[in-house]
Amino acid sequence: MLQLTESWYLVLAALIFTIGAVGLLIRRNPLVMFMCVELMLNAVNLSFVAFARSLDDVAGQAIVFFVLVLAAAEVVVGLAIIVAILRRREGADADDVSLMRG
Amino acid sequence: MDLIWLVPALPLFGFALLVVFGRRLGDPLAGWLGTAVVGGSFAVAVKLFTDLLALPADERVLTQKLWTWIPVGDFSVDIGFLVDPLSITMCLFVTGIGALIHLYSIGYMKGDPDFSKFFVYLNLFVASMLLLVLGDNLLLTFLGWEGVGACSYFLISFWFTDEANASAGKKAFITNRVGDVGFMVGTFLVWFTVGSLNFLDIGAAASNVAAGTATAIALLFFVGAVGKSAQLPLFVWLPDAMAGPTPVSALIHAATMVTAGVYLITRLNPIMAEAGWANDVVAWVGAITALVAATIAVAQNDIKKVLAYSTVSQLGYMFLAVGTQTYVAGVFHMVTHAFFKALLFLGSGSVILAMAHEQDMRRYGNLRKYLPITFATFVIGWLAIAGVPPLSGFWSKDEILAGAFNAGPAGPVLWAIGLATALLTAFYMSRQVFMTFYGEERWRVEEDAPVAAGGGGEEATDAEPAEADDAHGHHLTQDHTPTESPPTMTIPLVVLAVLSVVGGALNLPFADGLKRLEHWLAPTIVEEHHLPGAGTLWVLAIIAVVVAIAGIWFAAQVYLRRRVEASRLEPPVLANGWYIDAAYARLVDGPGRAAFQGTADFDAKVVDGAVNGIASGWRLLGSKLRLAQPGFVRSYALGVGVGAVLLLAFIVTRMNL
Repeated sequence: MLQLTESWYLVLAALIFTIGAVGLLIRRNPLVMFMCVELMLNAVNLSFVAFARSLDDVAGQAIVFFVLVLAAAEVVVGLAIIVAILRRREGADADDVSLMRG
Repeated sequence: MDLIWLVPALPLFGFALLVVFGRRLGDPLAGWLGTAVVGGSFAVAVKLFTDLLALPADERVLTQKLWTWIPVGDFSVDIGFLVDPLSITMCLFVTGIGALIHLYSIGYMKGDPDFSKFFVYLNLFVASMLLLVLGDNLLLTFLGWEGVGACSYFLISFWFTDEANASAGKKAFITNRVGDVGFMVGTFLVWFTVGSLNFLDIGAAASNVAAGTATAIALLFFVGAVGKSAQLPLFVWLPDAMAGPTPVSALIHAATMVTAGVYLITRLNPIMAEAGWANDVVAWVGAITALVAATIAVAQNDIKKVLAYSTVSQLGYMFLAVGTQTYVAGVFHMVTHAFFKALLFLGSGSVILAMAHEQDMRRYGNLRKYLPITFATFVIGWLAIAGVPPLSGFWSKDEILAGAFNAGPAGPVLWAIGLATALLTAFYMSRQVFMTFYGEERWRVEEDAPVAAGGGGEEATDAEPAEADDAHGHHLTQDHTPTESPPTMTIPLVVLAVLSVVGGALNLPFADGLKRLEHWLAPTIVEEHHLPGAGTLWVLAIIAVVVAIAGIWFAAQVYLRRRVEASRLEPPVLANGWYIDAAYARLVDGPGRAAFQGTADFDAKVVDGAVNGIASGWRLLGSKLRLAQPGFVRSYALGVGVGAVLLLAFIVTRMNL
């Protein structure tokens, strides 16, 4: 019988994080990029919970709640920005929005 | 006494009133207001004087502190006043003569479009002068010192539409600035040494000041005094200052402001007592200035220029007196000089007004017939300055000469210089009187006809009065008939004439009880050198009188009897003031201008270059760094990712986790 240790959770978290990070870098649709950020955040959450379980420390779970709240706030701001961008221009391509270049 | 603040405050109040309501009051009410506040100030000064008299001699010091002016850490300066025998003596003659000259100005400035503005400046001047005299610390005195300088500038260039007047004002201001640097550095040094700027503290601490420091302080303040009191080598502004209206010349450039330097040195006499050879410098500069200015006065044709050089010369006497530490004689001469020089200036103003603003004495003559009061009073002033007994000038000048004679090994030389100056003084003043009031009526002669007295540089001196005439729309015509001035002008003349006659009574040498000024000033003076004994004094006095009469007699031979060709006595070198002015102009224009240009270039290229170079270096760096900001969100994300990986790698490899 295969024993499910915390290493499995950590490997899964790393995989999800990598998917998120690579997605953020290669996709140009801001909505998709946004979802990638969410993926990375939740991968971190997963690793926190895994550590909390294995070390028997509730602090890891508490941090997850903070991250959830933060992610919710981030969604509000981020979506508002995306909507504002979409109102101004056709299509949604992150590379088109480069007014702040040096 | 609590009244002290009123003395400077009254003219200041008059100034404020005239600024606001001056134009509405107009001619002559504004003038009367200006005169009244200065008169009030004089009344308060007299009250203070009587208060002071009532005190025992050692306790004759009144102070009043209004408020703390500058409190910064250890450094604290008050707005406070110090009334002692020295300052009240100054106050009395500043306010008294000031009031008379205000009164005179009502007549002199009548009809001037800026009548009220003139009194605005005059009142501000009197207020500043009183601040200078009454201030109980060096900084307040400096405030007054700069105030009188600014008013002097305003009043010299009062008729500023004429270019020459405006530049004369600037010249006076800038020349004074050179001296003011000395005053300021001296003040710093006093603060550094004594730890207080208060005159009483300085007096108390002076005996503990090292001789070298005291000498430095004395010399620095003397530099200030040289600027303000027009001594060599900074005297060049005073003759040009005659561009101002004549009452200004009388008040500022004869009676009061220019004596501020003498006052300053006398006020600092506790320091001077420790200053060693600085006193010799003061005495020698004074003596040489007296002689040089007197030689220049001999060859001037402008009636006011003669008096201007005469003032420089007389101020030289005063410095000779304070330099030989006969302060009483210096203050005595300051007072009598204020009487007779103000009288002479006001008299010349009366002549100038009667002659349609013509100032060239070569176009005067025989005016005694037309201007009886002016003539009578002018003669008194002339005899007083020439040193004819028993007029006031004789007593004070004789004291200075006697004091110089007694001043150590170099004393007889200083005395001889002073005596030569006395001879020249008698000569040039007689020349002025004879050219102005005697002889034929030369303005009736064709302008191109040969007139008395030649000399180089005539074009330069002639051009200025001519322009001034045009500016005021006056012209001296051949059928001109001079008329005597109005009572507002003649009353001050008569009062000053009386003072010039009796002024000597302040300090007569015959008995100890008659040396009133000496006893009066004694508490304020630390070290007073005494005059020689009675026998020597008589001999010196007789020599001085003989010299004065010789000067007058010789002038009569030249300018009345015409036994000697006048032009031979007036070489161009004297008419042009030993070319000192021209030398300065050449120095400043040649090497001076090159040095200024060099400084400006250094500033533009090296100083500015360094600053601008640093700035443009950073800008160049910034323009390169900007390229790292492409504006693509994903490239920033990549940066964050790579950075995170690198950090992680660093932590894992280097920190031995």
